[in-house]
Amino acid sequence: MKAYDLAELAVRNLRESVLRNSLTTVGISVGVASLVAMLSLGIGLQQMATRRLVRSGLFDTVVVTSRRDLRNFNRNDDAGGLDPAQSPVLDEPSRQKIEQLPNVVEAYPDLRFITSFTFEDKPHLTMAAGVPFSYKTNDAFEGIQGSFFSSDMASEVILQKTFAAELLGKTQKPGTEETPVAELAKPLVGKEMTMRYQEKIDVPPASDVNGSAPSESAEAATTYSIQSHELKLRIVGVTDLDPDSMRGPVRARILLPLKLLQSLHVMQPTGMRDTTQATSKTPTYSTVSVRVKNPGKIQLVEDSIKKMGFNTFSILDATRSVRRFFTVLDLFLGIFGSLALAVASIGIVNTLVMAILERRREIGIMKAIGASDIDVKKLFFAEAGVMGALGGALGVALGWTIGRVINLGTNVYLRSQDLAPEQIWFVPWWLVGSAIAFAIVVSLLSGLYPAARAARLDPVQALRYE
Amino acid sequence: MTTVSPLTSKVAIRTENVCRHYAMGESLIRAVDGISISIPSAEFVALLGTSGSGKSSLLNLIAGLDRPTSGAVLVEGNNLAALSREALARHRLRTVGMVFQSFNLIPSMTVIENVELPLRFAEVDRSQRDSLAREALERVGLSRRLDHRPSELSGGEQQRTALARALINRPKLLLADEPTGNLDSRTGTEIMNLIREFNESLGMTVVMVTHERALAEQYAQRLVFLADGKLVDDQPNIVTAGAPSQGGRA
Repeated sequence: MKAYDLAELAVRNLRESVLRNSLTTVGISVGVASLVAMLSLGIGLQQMATRRLVRSGLFDTVVVTSRRDLRNFNRNDDAGGLDPAQSPVLDEPSRQKIEQLPNVVEAYPDLRFITSFTFEDKPHLTMAAGVPFSYKTNDAFEGIQGSFFSSDMASEVILQKTFAAELLGKTQKPGTEETPVAELAKPLVGKEMTMRYQEKIDVPPASDVNGSAPSESAEAATTYSIQSHELKLRIVGVTDLDPDSMRGPVRARILLPLKLLQSLHVMQPTGMRDTTQATSKTPTYSTVSVRVKNPGKIQLVEDSIKKMGFNTFSILDATRSVRRFFTVLDLFLGIFGSLALAVASIGIVNTLVMAILERRREIGIMKAIGASDIDVKKLFFAEAGVMGALGGALGVALGWTIGRVINLGTNVYLRSQDLAPEQIWFVPWWLVGSAIAFAIVVSLLSGLYPAARAARLDPVQALRYE
Repeated sequence: MTTVSPLTSKVAIRTENVCRHYAMGESLIRAVDGISISIPSAEFVALLGTSGSGKSSLLNLIAGLDRPTSGAVLVEGNNLAALSREALARHRLRTVGMVFQSFNLIPSMTVIENVELPLRFAEVDRSQRDSLAREALERVGLSRRLDHRPSELSGGEQQRTALARALINRPKLLLADEPTGNLDSRTGTEIMNLIREFNESLGMTVVMVTHERALAEQYAQRLVFLADGKLVDDQPNIVTAGAPSQGGRA
């Protein structure tokens, strides 16, 4: 029989016992809906988690360090046997080279040091760091109160909320409610504070200046002196970023524009060895953070940086385990969702077996006038397939609606708790397609037995049956 | 008393010691028990016998609805006993047209849909199906109420529909199982006249099962009597000798 005739006959037969077939189809759709609901919840949660992680800058950043850096000696197992002393220096030219690698968005040095800040005549010793101006468009500062730096060289600071609380004497005690960022920002934004820092000034080797470089640095081409400075900075914003959960430049309590910090030549406590050899014209860095176009390219970029002779570190492994977790979660949710579909498939078997009993005579007639076993089999398959397709489509719609409702409910709850709404629900197109396909496949499998039974029916017996 | 000699005419159906036995509980039912018969092309044969004599079972064997336990059934040269299920279905589709006592129309389909159903199995295009079905229905004298369901028709109209369906694939054999059993005598005569017309004008071989001897004598050229699955008598019909049906054949 031709496919069109088959479909037409199948639909006609299904319409003959509307109630029973509708109930079976509803059964399938409930199964598909639960499958879609479970999986889209899993996918939604995964996307939410990934979104959070990507926003944190954890997953698109490669941290580059020089192999000369003493701190990295233990991590050198993948260094390829290069002597740390001969490996390249992580200086400005190498930073530029890294920045020109494919898939790299930017490469910026980590400038970070502990220094003293005076606010309303009280000194506070804390960690300061430079933030590249590109962070203005980054999600990392989504929760900022006030504003981002007005320019790359502005004498402005952004405070981390715990430091802001410290300045106001509102340090959080355990068990108490956290002070909202907005409340911290109000009295601080626009005020000034003073940063004290040590500037490194290069001195020609011939001259003899007080406070010269340590003599044990035999490789040193230049000597330098250190000068104390003070710089007035205006507070422009307070961020809610948690410094402990972050990597990269935002892991500090006071944030300054990176360019500004670079121009100050602040003496950094880390990487002494390289610092001593470098001149201020070609600065060296203890670490350079590399932002990659997307987390998928991390490995590529890491490999090419390693080839240049540097150490790299990324949280790619962490993403992998997060992905593995969600794969397992999706699998379990899928299995639970499929259970309902399995029950529905028993419904299909039941409906079709009933249809055989009811239509025994009809099958007998069709065989008597020339229908082959295959024709009869195909007809029952087509009926199962049509029920599967209808049930699948209905189920996807139902699952989607359930998802929307749960999402809406969750967001109403989140809002009532003063939390930002989240999309915990996501139905991708591939899920729509594969859910319907899955429903059809399950229905066809359920139709296997009834179809075979109908095809085997003896026409003489069937025609005698009244 | 046929004018056509069995030697020169083509044999349409031949059975060779055909048996159809089946077990019913402990006992073995011999529905057809060693029947050998030869039916030439274009002959009108009546199978007569009481209920349970095996006439319907023999008809089912010729129709390819059933398989013999032993022996051979040759239709148009093919041994049905040796055919695959698929080939047997093709035999029912192409070579045989059947009508039954209870019409056996599909209740959910309209008249025209019932008639064109075999064409669907034969994979005939939709465009051709409709005109072929209308043509067949016209031949059986049914040109109205084509979109009605069988339950809305009279018995005679239903049997006309069944006849049109049996004709639609232009088979060589028409097998009829008590075709007038559910009809009043006037309608029964109309149906029998149609069957005779197919036999004469289309040259179809007709095998009709009936228990009414009078009916058989009125229309058939040959009467075959069965009892307990065995052939007890096989005679040419003398009653119809000289009737118009005989005159139409040469």
